[in-house]
Amino acid sequence: MTPSATLSYLLNYELLGKGVLRVQRWRDERKLRAHHGKPDDPLNPPLVRTARMKELMSRHYLEGRYANGVKKVAWVTSGAPIEVLRALDFVLIYPENHAALCGARKKAVDLSVEAENAGYSRDICSYARTDIGAMLSGRTPVGRLPKPDLLVACTNICQTVLYWYRVLAAHFDVPLIVIDTPFLYQAASDHQVAFVKQQLEEAIPVIERVAGRSLSWRRLRGVAERSKTAAELWLEIMDRARNRPAPMTAFDGFINMGPIVDLRGEPETIVFYRELLAELDARIKKGVGAIKRERKRVLWDNLPIWHQIGHLSRTLGRRGVNVVVSTYTYAWGELAPMMDASRPLDTAARVYLHPILNRSTGDKLRTMEKMVKDFALDGVILHSDRSCKPYSLGQIDQRDRLVHERGVPALLLEADHNDPRAYAVEQGDARLEAFMEMMESAN
Amino acid sequence: MTVAAIGLDAGSTTFKLVALDAHGAIVATRLAAAEPRIEVQAESLIAEVLAETQSPSREAVEIVATGYGRKLIKSASRNVTEITCHARGVFAELGRPGTLVDIGGQDSKVIKIGERGRAVDFVMNDKCAAGTGRFLENTAARLGVPLDELGPRAMASATEERISSTCTVFAESEIISLLAHGSELPPILRGLHRSLISRVVAMIRGLGLTPPLMLSGGVARNEAVRALLGEATGQTVLVPTRPQLMGAYGAALLALDR
Repeated sequence: MTPSATLSYLLNYELLGKGVLRVQRWRDERKLRAHHGKPDDPLNPPLVRTARMKELMSRHYLEGRYANGVKKVAWVTSGAPIEVLRALDFVLIYPENHAALCGARKKAVDLSVEAENAGYSRDICSYARTDIGAMLSGRTPVGRLPKPDLLVACTNICQTVLYWYRVLAAHFDVPLIVIDTPFLYQAASDHQVAFVKQQLEEAIPVIERVAGRSLSWRRLRGVAERSKTAAELWLEIMDRARNRPAPMTAFDGFINMGPIVDLRGEPETIVFYRELLAELDARIKKGVGAIKRERKRVLWDNLPIWHQIGHLSRTLGRRGVNVVVSTYTYAWGELAPMMDASRPLDTAARVYLHPILNRSTGDKLRTMEKMVKDFALDGVILHSDRSCKPYSLGQIDQRDRLVHERGVPALLLEADHNDPRAYAVEQGDARLEAFMEMMESAN
Repeated sequence: MTVAAIGLDAGSTTFKLVALDAHGAIVATRLAAAEPRIEVQAESLIAEVLAETQSPSREAVEIVATGYGRKLIKSASRNVTEITCHARGVFAELGRPGTLVDIGGQDSKVIKIGERGRAVDFVMNDKCAAGTGRFLENTAARLGVPLDELGPRAMASATEERISSTCTVFAESEIISLLAHGSELPPILRGLHRSLISRVVAMIRGLGLTPPLMLSGGVARNEAVRALLGEATGQTVLVPTRPQLMGAYGAALLALDR
């Protein structure tokens, strides 16, 4: 801890930053409450609690900006077991979330080009390219990303992270912890769980060494408890979309999932999701849907197309199509019942083995079939994501089975979650419109 | 002969119009090279057809637009995708469900047609021009062969050169290289068609073939495409009399539904 860094942290983050962001949130909330929607907008006014999400995420990145020299920083993958890190007061940076933020703000191409100019192929995941570009150029829409003291990559989402984090480790010259989670073709076996648990146990001394202090198991259980509560709330929130009309769309989910990914285990995350749930319940009570005229309900499979979220939600909304649920947002809630805070390491080993991307393609198909039933869906949109091979693998067969065995209309939409150069808007629209016409004529 | 409904198909290469009377009989058609100002072209063709048929009032005519330029035609009461329109048009003409291949100027689609001419599933080509009319058009232009002669000259050849590139641009270079090495033009043309068909057949396989196999779009006029598609799938390929007009015809039928 250096005195100048501490002073800067206290002044810019604790004193000024938090206050400014709080005022900003009040303003945003007031604006959102007064927002009655435009008559030609197919969507109802946005959720007021989105303002709280914006505050939390801005605060998170602001703290990161001033963290070096004050708190230890870890860069982690989206599926990394972070509870131990959180209990040791690390500031956690999620490069994937940062890349998505760049994508949604249309900054991803410039940053990807930085990486491509440095020799990284355009065939590499666009999240990786965006972040490597940000790392090389120092440019980011969040001001500044703190330098990591530690890197944690978990293979439960893809294999790209192995190579990506080695690049980070070489660049920043910091330790890298890899948690290897064997792919689950069937239910997890005891030895697979034991294998992951052992890696977590081995990681603890490494994390403690970087943190410069010992792990408190009481704090760890507290973090695990809050992670569970937040995941349960998130699951409840998504399940509210079973109502007709659904009070939120999967696009709202994509926007509001930041805290469950980046700030899991923090008390504010629980407060935010409780408020969001209450707002959804108020909408349900009044019979207000996320879109004005919900006629068809569909499922979104795979990551969002961050650079097209606004356009897609309106293109679909105009025809009364509400994307009510997605396998992607569900991934951060569906494992909540598996969590047991009293046994934090056993739980982490089991939970972090089970994200949808680490389960078989058949299992994903069954997840989607269940959603079709539970959410009374009329169709499925499978985003075939050029940048996420593990998520896109098996989609052709999954689509065929949904169509032929379940009689559910399904569309394979080719795009890329972060690189607009791999997506043709005109042609994407043509497919979506034909798909909507197909669902409409099914009546 | 009063026009009750008009279907407009603003494609990437050609502009098509089909006008129907109140009973659904075709009373006028137009097929013209696509002009950049779609709205102007649409208006002039509509005026022409209404004058020709001596239709009294423009207001009574329901107009549906399809094709890539469909959203630019403000006079249409609504716009519908080519998928729905081709399925409807071909079903009205050939009278049966099955699998429809529509090869247009800049994209190709395979559509499963269900009962009542409804599109029940479809697949479209990737984000590039391989497997589309533009693929043939480009290479024909490069070789100096008129479009109408492409098919006959390809079919006249007993041998075939292998064109491995499905990319429109790379295929062109490949052909130039073959010519430079002394290959004859007709076998190259045959190989070129084979290359296009292989892309289309992959799409058909992806969707699953429910017979009969039908073909629409401008490329359906090319006899080599018809023959090689039949050969590759082992199916008799049914082609409507005026395959290019099926999108506009379907659009007109949808307009009449209103």
